[in-house]
Amino acid sequence: MPPQGAPGGPEGAQPTGKYSRGRLNTPQRGHGGGPGGRGGRMVTKPKDTKKTIARLVTYVTHDKLKIAFIFFLVILSSVTRVGATYITRPIVNTLTLLRDDPMLRVKQLAGYLVLLLAVHLFSTVCSYFQEITMARLAHRGAHKLRGELFDKLQQLPLSYFDAHTHGELMSRFTNDADSVQMCLEQTVINLISSLMTFISVIAMMFVTGWKLFPVTALTIFATMYVVSKRGKKSQVLFRKQHAALGEMNGNIQEMIEGLKVVKAFTHEDEANAEFAELNENYFQVSKDANYYGQSIMPFTGNIGNIGYAVTAMVGGFLVATTGYDVGALVTYLNYSRQVSQPINQMSQQVNTILSALAGAERIFAIMDMEPEIDEGKVTMVNVEERDGELHEVEQRTGSWAWKVPQEDGSAALVPVRGDVHLNNVVFSYVPGVPILKGVSFYAKPGQKLAFVGSTGAGKTTISNLINRFYEIDSGEISYDGINITDIRKDDLRRATAMVLQDTHLFTGTVMDNIRYGRLDATDEECIAAAKTANAHSFIRRLPDGYQTMVTGDGANLSQGQRQLLAIARAAVAAPPVLVLDEATSSIDTRTERLIEKGLDGLMAGRTVFVIAHRLSTVRNSNCIVVIEHGEIQEKGDHAELLDFHGRYYMLYTGQLILD
Amino acid sequence: MIKKLAVYLREFSRDAWLAPMFILLEVGCEMIQPLIMAKMIDEGINGTAGLPFILRCGAALILLACCSLFFGVRSSRHCATATQGFGRNLRGALFRKIQTFSFNDIDRFSSASLITRLTNDVNTMQMTLGMALRMMVRTPIQLVAAFVICLSMNARLTIVLAVALPTMVAVVTVIMRKSRQLFVTFQERIDGLNDTVQENLVAIRVVKAFVRAEYEKEKFRKANDKLRDAGISVAEHMIAVFPVMMIVLQLSTIAVYWFGSGFIAEGTMLTGELSSYIGYISQVLMSVFMVSNSLRMATRAVACGNRILEVLETEPDITDGDAAELPAQKGSIEFRNVSFKYRSGTGDDVLHDVSFTVEPGQFVAIMGGTGTGKSSLVNLIPRFYDVTEGQILVDGMDVRDYPVKALRSRIGMVLQNNVLFSGTIRENLLWGKPDATEEEMIEAARDAQAEEFILRQPDGYDTFLEQGGVNVSGGQKQRLCIARAMLRHPSILILDDSTSAVDTVTEAAIRESFHKNLKDTSVIIIAQRISSVESADKIIILDDDHIVAEGTHEELLESSPIYQEIYQSQKEGVISNG
Repeated sequence: MPPQGAPGGPEGAQPTGKYSRGRLNTPQRGHGGGPGGRGGRMVTKPKDTKKTIARLVTYVTHDKLKIAFIFFLVILSSVTRVGATYITRPIVNTLTLLRDDPMLRVKQLAGYLVLLLAVHLFSTVCSYFQEITMARLAHRGAHKLRGELFDKLQQLPLSYFDAHTHGELMSRFTNDADSVQMCLEQTVINLISSLMTFISVIAMMFVTGWKLFPVTALTIFATMYVVSKRGKKSQVLFRKQHAALGEMNGNIQEMIEGLKVVKAFTHEDEANAEFAELNENYFQVSKDANYYGQSIMPFTGNIGNIGYAVTAMVGGFLVATTGYDVGALVTYLNYSRQVSQPINQMSQQVNTILSALAGAERIFAIMDMEPEIDEGKVTMVNVEERDGELHEVEQRTGSWAWKVPQEDGSAALVPVRGDVHLNNVVFSYVPGVPILKGVSFYAKPGQKLAFVGSTGAGKTTISNLINRFYEIDSGEISYDGINITDIRKDDLRRATAMVLQDTHLFTGTVMDNIRYGRLDATDEECIAAAKTANAHSFIRRLPDGYQTMVTGDGANLSQGQRQLLAIARAAVAAPPVLVLDEATSSIDTRTERLIEKGLDGLMAGRTVFVIAHRLSTVRNSNCIVVIEHGEIQEKGDHAELLDFHGRYYMLYTGQLILD
Repeated sequence: MIKKLAVYLREFSRDAWLAPMFILLEVGCEMIQPLIMAKMIDEGINGTAGLPFILRCGAALILLACCSLFFGVRSSRHCATATQGFGRNLRGALFRKIQTFSFNDIDRFSSASLITRLTNDVNTMQMTLGMALRMMVRTPIQLVAAFVICLSMNARLTIVLAVALPTMVAVVTVIMRKSRQLFVTFQERIDGLNDTVQENLVAIRVVKAFVRAEYEKEKFRKANDKLRDAGISVAEHMIAVFPVMMIVLQLSTIAVYWFGSGFIAEGTMLTGELSSYIGYISQVLMSVFMVSNSLRMATRAVACGNRILEVLETEPDITDGDAAELPAQKGSIEFRNVSFKYRSGTGDDVLHDVSFTVEPGQFVAIMGGTGTGKSSLVNLIPRFYDVTEGQILVDGMDVRDYPVKALRSRIGMVLQNNVLFSGTIRENLLWGKPDATEEEMIEAARDAQAEEFILRQPDGYDTFLEQGGVNVSGGQKQRLCIARAMLRHPSILILDDSTSAVDTVTEAAIRESFHKNLKDTSVIIIAQRISSVESADKIIILDDDHIVAEGTHEELLESSPIYQEIYQSQKEGVISNG
């Protein structure tokens, strides 16, 4: 089953909804959501149904009055709708008498018709209001759900994002939130209304002709039997179809994204063959699944028709033999048409509900994740020096201090200088597989520290730990003598700026992107930062200069230009500590030299951590730390390390050694 | 469009005909039913025909229901086969077509858009066909038949329809038209929200590093609010259709009862007839609603269909050459006054008048700043793109004269943005040469300096790589890609900045194995590091869009200011301390 439309349900069954919501192009949303299959609308059984329902309900019940109002209207509208049919009885009875007494038309019939119209209108108005209120509640509920989900995501530690693909997380916002919203909007009302209709129709049937009821009961049982039997079978098939679709779409995604490689290796025939097989497999499963899904409708419809015919025969017999009134029979027959409808409708909701609950469960699972640990009490404040003492001030002064709460309730101010110590730090991403095995070093304020080592040696990891992106297993990291676990995370990070290897830009103007480093920076400050990073000259040459829109993660800029912007972004933040993680790797060495001049200005007086495999970048550092297999092997400045003739010397001279 | 797409249904044309045929029969049964009901009530129950007549009618009804059930089930079967079969064929054709695309075509469409076309667009077409087979036969027939029956039962009463029908059509049209723009807005808002989330996820490290969670939340809140508002206004419009429709329907019913009762009093109409008449009239009105719904879906399908056709009708601009005889594989390459520009680009030459030769077995390095056309240059050799002017010869023959496959099988290529595929390491390496022996594979892995870390993986060569190889590091991935290319034993090996994440020692070891084990292979590498290119037989320096210098390390150190500058920037430490 395609991801759009009634999930898992037969395609043809869609128009049964009172208004088929034109979810135009729903699946086209999002790039990360992945096409259909992966993370698509899986009809998996929710695990703890009761709990999930209870929790989901809270998203629409914050306005109790409205919910009560809706319930009231649903009951009212379904009961009056059923009641309206009952008016057919006197109407038909009057009609049969008209031949003999034409005056009855005005005397009686007119009254009944006005009543019928009134009841109908009332019922329609009720259902209009109940639906519109529910739709609003559902959209607001989904809005709240998405909002809370996003807020929660922002609190999760990076390790969470490492373990989950973007596509997977995107599909929480698209497919899952969507199915929840559809379910809230349609199913809730539908279920109650179907149930109410069912009950009141049965009740009215008893009133109009209990003698006929056994026939109806048989019809209902037959319908339920077929619905559950065929439904089960089709659910099994749909699940299979879903799996096949997932496999096929996964293949599509991979092969199209890797198309250039496919062509480089002239792998087209193999790719075609593999896809043809998956395509065929999907076809075989989906044609049966769809057949079963679609065939439920003719079954229920015609079982109803047979019931109707039998009821008519028995009723006709009753009219002929017992004087049962024709109006009652016609009314009863109308009811017998209505009685199987709710069963049909309820059965169609099952898949919607299941997929919504499964989606809600996945969303709640994220919401229940442990947020990033942040128990630090030490904050960073702007300070001003007066009479040789630091004083906390509101406005930005360019100098900061750590505000350390003391036991007596007062707070001590420790100037932020950028003194970073790592003491015997052990860290592992996966328990038991340490990446860093007891790393110790210190960076004095204003020093430039470089990390060198092979891929996967743990260089980037160190920079991530200074920022407390991850929690260390043991050891201690301190910042100006304060253990970083005591510092409020936001402030710790505000004290450090990072330029990462993968530069990420945001939709907005070039100016907005630079300002991301410090939201209250003026245009002049942003331009100054761009000049520092040597980005000013290329920005000026862009069609709209600083107002040029950056789209799609900066796809309209070259990798080098993006890195220059990322450096400008860090420059505008201008914190005491700067981390450059392969910040210049995509810039050719000539351009890099230009940037370095700018960086020198930026780095002056700041503690800087540089990670680079291009050794020319790290040469002029105060201290170069060579890391291999999670351990520090050598430490010293460039000249010292070359003299040492160790690993650095080997790396630096590269092929000389091997030759 | 329909004609062009109908080709993919041809295989299932029997199903495609039978489905509506059975639906036709099903609808026929459904339409007769109320007529029999009316007779049953009027002549059997109300009239004098008595019980036997009632039973006869009942039996007829049951028979009709059985027929209708049979027809319905059959039509479901054929419909499912036809739609899914159509989908399969269309999808297959699209996929095969895309496999023939040149890099130009891939760039033009973008892979995200190609994926959407293969998945969502095909799905929409499939659903539309399903709807067409069912609704587009059923609804008009129902509408016309019900209308005709109404007319024949009582022509005068049909005046009610003459009023109700246009009202209904008008109201539905107005609301639908109004909601169209709302749908577009709604869709845009969905995209907006997704973009916000996507961007946030991609850049989560930046967000956290700059402590911008609150800022991001605010951005998301705005997008989320907008989406909610658009969603509500769409819902409000769609929901409004329903009561309007119901009211028209109910008013018509009342009118039919009222005027019909007059005819009954006159004696020109019977009670049962009136009841069925009401049934038919509601069928007519409901059909109108269905038609409008179908039309809306059809307009959406047109857009999708066009997107699919756009792909299907793309003529790949790179086609097989027709050389009858291929030259022996040696590995020589010659660029003769090559100029190149991207078709989708700005119109400026990316390469301008470039000429050079690579002798068999030579090691050639290409250097140059960002955007000087290094990647474009190597992409021209396996004919991923065609030159705009000039000529490229591989083993003495113009690349455009080769059958594409024959040309590319001579070349091992490690692309800049390389990908691995879901599957084991072994499966990925065997891409290079599907029939390679275990020894060959291990040798390639060893030569690419990948063996050591492969063996450290839990399952060695059988370790499963998640999509795109997310569970290996950047440097490891590059080495696997190199091994994959080396396994091909190509006569030309091209590495496009493929060792950037590999440290210098490992890189030197890889280069060493090129020397030792790929003696006869011409190797072209693009690199940034002097250490990577120093030992090359020839270094080509690109600047702007042309070659500015060409020669060995020593020669260039003498003559090329750019090379000297790069060298100085990377090497001065060694010289002063060395």
